[in-house]
Amino acid sequence: MKRILIAGLAGSLVLLAACGEQSQVTVYKQGQYQGKPDKRPWDNAQFKGDKVAWENAIRARSGNQNEYARASN
Amino acid sequence: MARMKFLCDAERCIECNGCVTACKQEHEVPWGVNRRRVVTLNDGLPGEKSISVACMHCSDAPCMAVCPVDCFYKTAEGVVLHDKDLCIGCGYCFYACPFGAPQFPQDGAFGLRGKMDKCTFCAGGPEEDNSAAEFKKYGRNRLAEGKLPACAEMCSTKALLGGDGDVVADIYRNRVLKRGKGSEVWGWGTAYGKPEKSATPPTGAKS
Repeated sequence: MKRILIAGLAGSLVLLAACGEQSQVTVYKQGQYQGKPDKRPWDNAQFKGDKVAWENAIRARSGNQNEYARASN
Repeated sequence: MARMKFLCDAERCIECNGCVTACKQEHEVPWGVNRRRVVTLNDGLPGEKSISVACMHCSDAPCMAVCPVDCFYKTAEGVVLHDKDLCIGCGYCFYACPFGAPQFPQDGAFGLRGKMDKCTFCAGGPEEDNSAAEFKKYGRNRLAEGKLPACAEMCSTKALLGGDGDVVADIYRNRVLKRGKGSEVWGWGTAYGKPEKSATPPTGAKS
């Protein structure tokens, strides 16, 4: 009798599992970005959150585009 | 650091399409999608001018304004990016963009219009930096590696400049000065036209 009761409860739980389905309707907030958050370019293993190091790397690369400066080096 | 910007020098661009190729190769962009392209005016005529065009990462981006699902965002560095998981491929951004930057893959049996794809300034998207998911959806994240966009770095004549807007402007200004050309090429006169001579000279002391 006890087994039947347990089996019955387990069965009802399985049947009710689908009742926990989340709403699939997206609610949009007007004028705000709705997607996933993005990290800053220096928040990674290479720069380890060091913004100054990242800015220096970008600045050095930017300077390489100026061939007048490169020619004088 | 200021905003990230592109600048194409029409005096230098030789229409080699190196920038287009670099972009295609770097991000493995699918067939039919061109994040960057070279536009030539008066093609074939003496004095033709070419310019490399992609997303200009507008300060007040119209694509962001018209997107019905608000999938666009702007990073602190001024790069306009979007979340492909949210994009519905409606094409409003394409109509709004003055540069024709948003691209839509048109493969499939019924020529479906897929999710929008555009230049990311080589900054990836809202996925883990340099992950497989980010590469698949948005391409390589060079900015997170401390590098500039591949198109600008690959440009053989350095017609296409990319990076911090202030630095790019300095490079271009210096270049124009070295060329020996004045404000007819760059500066106040180009931006606002020649100063108009007022009919009556201003009189009186400054207040």
